[in-house]
Amino acid sequence: MKEKAQIMDAEGIRRALTRMAHEIIERNKGVENLALIGIRRRGVPLAVRLAALILEIEGREVPVGSLDITLYRDDLTQLSYQPLVYRTEVDFPVTGKRVVLVDDVIYTGRTVRAALDALMDLGRPAVIQLAVLVDRGHRELPIRADFVGKNVPTSRKEVIEVHIREIDGDERVVISERVE
Amino acid sequence: MQRKDLLGLEELGADEIRMILDTAGAMREVIRRDIKKVPTLRGKVVATLFYEPSTRTRFSFELAAKHLSADTISVAAATSSVAKGEGLVDTAKTIDALGADAVVLRHPAAGAAAVFGRYTRAAVINAGDGMHEHPTQALLDLYTIQEQKGRIEGLTVTFVGDIQHSRVVRSNIWGLKKLGATVRVCGPRTLLPPGLEEIGVAVFTRLEDALPGSDVVYVLRLQRERFAQGLLPGVEEYARLYGITRERLALAKPEAIVMHPGPLNRGVEISAAVADSGRAVITQQVTNGVAVRMACLYLLIRRENDDKAYH
Repeated sequence: MKEKAQIMDAEGIRRALTRMAHEIIERNKGVENLALIGIRRRGVPLAVRLAALILEIEGREVPVGSLDITLYRDDLTQLSYQPLVYRTEVDFPVTGKRVVLVDDVIYTGRTVRAALDALMDLGRPAVIQLAVLVDRGHRELPIRADFVGKNVPTSRKEVIEVHIREIDGDERVVISERVE
Repeated sequence: MQRKDLLGLEELGADEIRMILDTAGAMREVIRRDIKKVPTLRGKVVATLFYEPSTRTRFSFELAAKHLSADTISVAAATSSVAKGEGLVDTAKTIDALGADAVVLRHPAAGAAAVFGRYTRAAVINAGDGMHEHPTQALLDLYTIQEQKGRIEGLTVTFVGDIQHSRVVRSNIWGLKKLGATVRVCGPRTLLPPGLEEIGVAVFTRLEDALPGSDVVYVLRLQRERFAQGLLPGVEEYARLYGITRERLALAKPEAIVMHPGPLNRGVEISAAVADSGRAVITQQVTNGVAVRMACLYLLIRRENDDKAYH
């Protein structure tokens, strides 16, 4: 893997999340019935941060959950290894809620498809929206994000790496290329 | 998980055991939902093949497979109609031809699952082979201890009863030792196998000596045929010397939990008062059994690009 460019630094991530928090509040006309659910792994700390920003802006707490989509992947039979399964932790009823799914990168859309299935097994949200830090294109399914931190055109050979302090120890988004 | 079959805990590394327990934690969340079903093993076939009677283990495996959306076929083999060796190999080849992805096998002969695994592409899960091992029971026990106590390392677990004939104890000893627990066994001398001290297990014949300091009291089912074999004098005497009552349980740590693999002989190895008290986690063991078996099926069932070796 060869790093080609840094797309966002810690400040850039903070500003993007702040704007997204404002957009989420605006689109939903407040935070009534709102809930944030992060897709494991890096969507979870991002959801926690968005909730903190929403609390700062609106002065109200919104519930946060985490979703593991491993058991819903459509490529399980094609993998030669079993991906680790982490816990799904959504300890509030999602039925009737306005749920914002949060992930770090949207690419083919397959992760989000799996997340939609996983979420609907937990109940029937009134609305499901999608917030991503980076949209890198190359969708394989008719799925789009409602809230985007940054659109980054990429080639399929490239990889977007999101580093989040809580998981990776540093905070930045870089674009890398697979070295053959 | 790089292995094809789950034959026993003796062959598993501590990391593999932890991975199964962690995965079981995720599965536990699935069975708490209103809709207890995920699409993970759609199109996969799980066969349960029992050459010995069993209700809970078979039921638990079938439920685990169904929660993961696998199809299940169950073959009840009457012990009498099956000769060992040749018959087992042919059955394995048949199961292979039918295209099962996993086979759950219970058999009265030690080593049956290992033999079976050599003749099928399917993942073979040992659900009890003679007096050898019963790995998924031990894994659900480990999971339950960890759930109740928050850890396994440093705990003292005491098994009471027929140690000699228990595959549950054998599997548990391997698992508990690998995860850093202290293991004690206690029972009548006629039901204690030799060689336990060599693998670091403390052996007792009196409950008064074995129970103090125990975090977990694991009560084994007394099999009635042991009286006929002359290994035990009688039910009453066994209950008097080894039955776990409230008074006896008071010898263990105040927060000690009581476990039992089921089915219970109430009033023999465990008093009704203890079995129905908050100290007993027997029903939790049953529920956790489904989660642990879901984890095993998920981790073992082959993927298309997998080329795990087999003959």
